Amino acid sequence: MSERSAQPPEAKKPAKPKASRDVILAGLPPQAARQSNERWGDWGADDFTRGFFTRRSALIIIAVLALAVGCGEAYAQLTAQGSERDGVLATMLKWAPLILFGRDGELGGFALNIVISFLVMAIGTVTGVLLGIAQVSTSVLVRKPAWAVTQFFRNSPWLVLLFFTILLMPFQIRVFGYSIPFPDWIKATIGLALPIMANISEVTRGAIQSIPTGQWESSESLAFSRSQQFRLIILPQCVKRMTPPWMNWYAILTMATSLVSIVGVSDAMTLTKLAVDADGRSELLIPMYGMLLMFFFLYCYPIARLTQVLERRYAVVT
Amino acid sequence: MAFADQTAHGARNSNGAKWTPDQPIISLKGVRKSFGPVEVLRGVSFDVKKGEVICIIGPSGSGKSTILRCINALAPINEGSITVEGQEVHDPHLDKLALRKKVGMVFQQYNLFPHKTALENIMMAPIHVLKQPKAEVEARARKLLAKVRLAGKENAYPGELSGGQQQRVAIARSLAMTPDVMLFDEVTAALDPETVKEVLVTIRELAEEGMTCLLVTHEMGFAREVGDHIYFTDRGVIIEHGPPKTFFAEAKDERTRAFLSQIL
Repeated sequence: MSERSAQPPEAKKPAKPKASRDVILAGLPPQAARQSNERWGDWGADDFTRGFFTRRSALIIIAVLALAVGCGEAYAQLTAQGSERDGVLATMLKWAPLILFGRDGELGGFALNIVISFLVMAIGTVTGVLLGIAQVSTSVLVRKPAWAVTQFFRNSPWLVLLFFTILLMPFQIRVFGYSIPFPDWIKATIGLALPIMANISEVTRGAIQSIPTGQWESSESLAFSRSQQFRLIILPQCVKRMTPPWMNWYAILTMATSLVSIVGVSDAMTLTKLAVDADGRSELLIPMYGMLLMFFFLYCYPIARLTQVLERRYAVVT
Repeated sequence: MAFADQTAHGARNSNGAKWTPDQPIISLKGVRKSFGPVEVLRGVSFDVKKGEVICIIGPSGSGKSTILRCINALAPINEGSITVEGQEVHDPHLDKLALRKKVGMVFQQYNLFPHKTALENIMMAPIHVLKQPKAEVEARARKLLAKVRLAGKENAYPGELSGGQQQRVAIARSLAMTPDVMLFDEVTAALDPETVKEVLVTIRELAEEGMTCLLVTHEMGFAREVGDHIYFTDRGVIIEHGPPKTFFAEAKDERTRAFLSQIL
């Protein structure tokens, strides 16, 4: 409990053991994990500089994997299937490259999840920031539609949006005689970019409105035009405020990329299912999906920790 | 130089004639202004001549700050007219940027840009608004910082400066736009008593150099010392005005006397 002494005394701390928190982080849906982060927000910055993964979180990863492998082995023993086949761990290692990098010669697996997450975040951030700025426009004709678009996509289920884009968009577009293919994973990327756009729009609007009005007045009295005010004075101050929530949405999004498996994209989730089906061994279910869970955890957890550190560092001191 | 700019601008007063420096630089006629159902200015009229230092005093909520904000077109008025160098401020076709290049304003809360250093705060508007060359602006900004006694603080961020220092940077930032008029909106109200003085010294120097200044202030001693003319406002109207000597010694109105006896 050495971390405890390093924490600022004012940090509120429910009397719960730390370990349960990591289990919650690993197992619960992202929103819940995020809320728990905020509630527990109590890890010192030095803690972070020691590395993304503390001993504690490494132990949890090993424990979960061991549990998954153990479950599989035990099941195999009980059903007396273990003797002639590969061990559970060996099978997991056999499939890991496929699940991580996809089939030979094509983009897939967890690598595709990450590529999709990058693309979605890039599209969502650019469009979301513009939409957020539109939400604070002085013109009602810009402000209201921007608000409506934001609210619509912010309050729609991601999976439904995914289905809509998959079904509505053509599989290729013909432009000047050339046909540009539109594979499913690109459509899925656009489908996921819509809710991210809406949420980044809200983050942007919130950040802009959190800038004191004095900044607008003083820059206005210095004869800056409105676009200069945004570009030179308001938005630069928003970047710091937006970084923690922006990263938070990235972590949430990365976990949500597993949704694309439902619409037939060969991401890590799809390939895990294929691997399990190929071996036809029911005792592999828990270990294989346990491994997939760990891949996501290993990727998202450092982001969550970095977010916490930045949140603390950029906290608005009043 | 500044004068040549204005005439080149061709600013015309309400009669269509060109504004000349012997006419009032700022002129308010029957200005009325409401925030929703509350009328904060109920017919305010006064003139400011070039080089004059005007102090506006009065109880809080009497509309002092609103007067300044209307002169700078930060707040629209409902009735009446405000002209700056002969140009109607509330003309819908007004070139607001041209107006704000002539009128500098300093606020109670300094409102420096926290993500920029002191020097950058001063340099931003001349570079981006006036499109002046960077080297020239930087030399001027350094001079201005020295003028407000902050040489050596060029690279300090606002968060690293005291309130009085921030306020002096804010004054230098306004001056960098070479305005013809400076508006000071209770610039010492948020400061510690010890740092009030350093800001007042800066303003007094400006006044002595002939800058036209409009101050909303609670510093009666300062108003008496530097003011050419004192206006007392209450509930949106000017109750009484006069040169400081007669104003402070022989206030005629009941409300002025009550206010002064509370403050002094």
